[in-house]
Amino acid sequence: MRRNDFPILQDGAVAYLDNAATSQKPAAVLEAMEQFYRTTNANVHRGLYHWSETATAHYEQARDTVQQFINAQHREEIIFTSGTTAAINTIAYALGKLVLQPGDVILLSQVEHHSNLVPWQLVAEQYRAKLEFFDPTQPLNQLPPKTKLVSLAHIANSSGLILPIQSVIALAHQAGVPVVVDAAQSVPHMPIDVQQLDCDFLAFSAHKLCGPTGVGVLYGKRVWLEKMSPVFGGGDMIRTVTLQHSTYADLPHKFEAGTPNIAGVIGLGAAVQYLTSIGMTKIQEATSAVHSYLVAQLKTLDFITLYGPEERSSIVSFNVRGVHAHDVAAVLDQHGVAVRAGHHCAMPVMEQWGVPATVRASVYFYNDESDIDKLIVGLKHAYGSLSRPNS
Amino acid sequence: MDPYHAQILEHYRDPLNFGLLEQPTYQREEWNPTCGDKFTFSIHVTTHGIVDQVGFSGEGCAISTAAASLLSEAIKGKTLAAALELQPAFVLDLLGIDLGPTRLKCALLPLQAITRITLPASS
Ligand SMILES: Cc1ncc(COP(=O)(O)O)c(C=O)c1O
Repeated sequence: MRRNDFPILQDGAVAYLDNAATSQKPAAVLEAMEQFYRTTNANVHRGLYHWSETATAHYEQARDTVQQFINAQHREEIIFTSGTTAAINTIAYALGKLVLQPGDVILLSQVEHHSNLVPWQLVAEQYRAKLEFFDPTQPLNQLPPKTKLVSLAHIANSSGLILPIQSVIALAHQAGVPVVVDAAQSVPHMPIDVQQLDCDFLAFSAHKLCGPTGVGVLYGKRVWLEKMSPVFGGGDMIRTVTLQHSTYADLPHKFEAGTPNIAGVIGLGAAVQYLTSIGMTKIQEATSAVHSYLVAQLKTLDFITLYGPEERSSIVSFNVRGVHAHDVAAVLDQHGVAVRAGHHCAMPVMEQWGVPATVRASVYFYNDESDIDKLIVGLKHAYGSLSRPNS
Repeated sequence: MDPYHAQILEHYRDPLNFGLLEQPTYQREEWNPTCGDKFTFSIHVTTHGIVDQVGFSGEGCAISTAAASLLSEAIKGKTLAAALELQPAFVLDLLGIDLGPTRLKCALLPLQAITRITLPASS
């Protein structure tokens, strides 16, 4: 399905199963970005000439497109960043400054990507707050005392575990505590409605949903964003500047200092349009069908250990008995299969599983059973040629 | 050349000098945070400054394990000073393969343990 939309996949040489790291890009996205550079390249929000006005219009149209995509109530709740990591760091510093006092608690899940862990470590250090962690596979019945902030992934990138964000959000809101959702792995794969989720913040990256690298989205409820101070200062985010003081621009520009990634944002807009033209429900179904086939095929191999929960979204982590994950990935590469091997930016999760690394295969709607079949052939070969008898 | 040629597989399956020395002169652990590979090398150095015994332990991929095994044998008989000065090309020659940048880190992890073996543990 849809493979023909992706120039890089056309020759069928590579079974690309590293979609959780980044997705491939359809021609529509590449063309939108090239079109911008070829025909209207100019800076945004300042030029009085035609190109700049067109560039600004396209940039701001992308904001509307994203607003509709996640059903945000207001367009100025969509802030463009360089990616999920930048979005979470921005939230961590700005929200941390607003709500944290020494001794307060920041609550995270135990399975966070390093980008939803390390920023909070830095902020906790700055405000002498404490980090606490909950097990996302167990119901969370109460927040630890002094919790002022909760941040968690919607879907864990290491295992595909789907976290119970709705119940965590409801629990936190009973105590008036804001919740940040790292949606890097969920926005590409399912319809997301931030008003229905009622999360206070949500972060995701364009590159995992058919868009370019270096651009992402920070969604925040307007009531929060209005109270928060900017984290980066510079052009575009000010109203007036004197040598001693500045006043800040209104949302969303307050959080978009400097020349933004204009082509990237236009590419993100094109990617979202591409996905919505197919329909997020269809995308979810297509991905889920290949993913079920993937897991079923892996289970036919007795030398494979699967990690993580039974219910996984688009991702599966595993190891081949007696073969190091790196070697598995290298042999698969020789077979034209691209997977990830390592700790997947989640060292604490590897520690919970008691392994230094896993192989991770992750699918998207353009994968099909032939990609999985290639993977299985490669895995049999890796096991046959590399497995050590005693391990 | 196929990085998984017979000699590499042999060293991976059955590494030489596996197991740490009981009374090493120097010992050092190195690990690669991107893949979790971890090796500890222990060496014994004679009063004349010659490396006469080598043992290593740890876990890694085929490439890093083969590199550790080959290296553990190759440094026996060298002076400590010469062992500390060994260059990446030496390991790649032992392995007899070309590697991309990611796998190069695997191949060179054991060498890192050797060339830093006299440094204090925290450095
Ligand atoms: C769950 C999760 N959070 C955050 C990130 C970081 O995204 P980026 O590197 O695009 O900022 C990723 C990407 O790997 C992820 O999977």
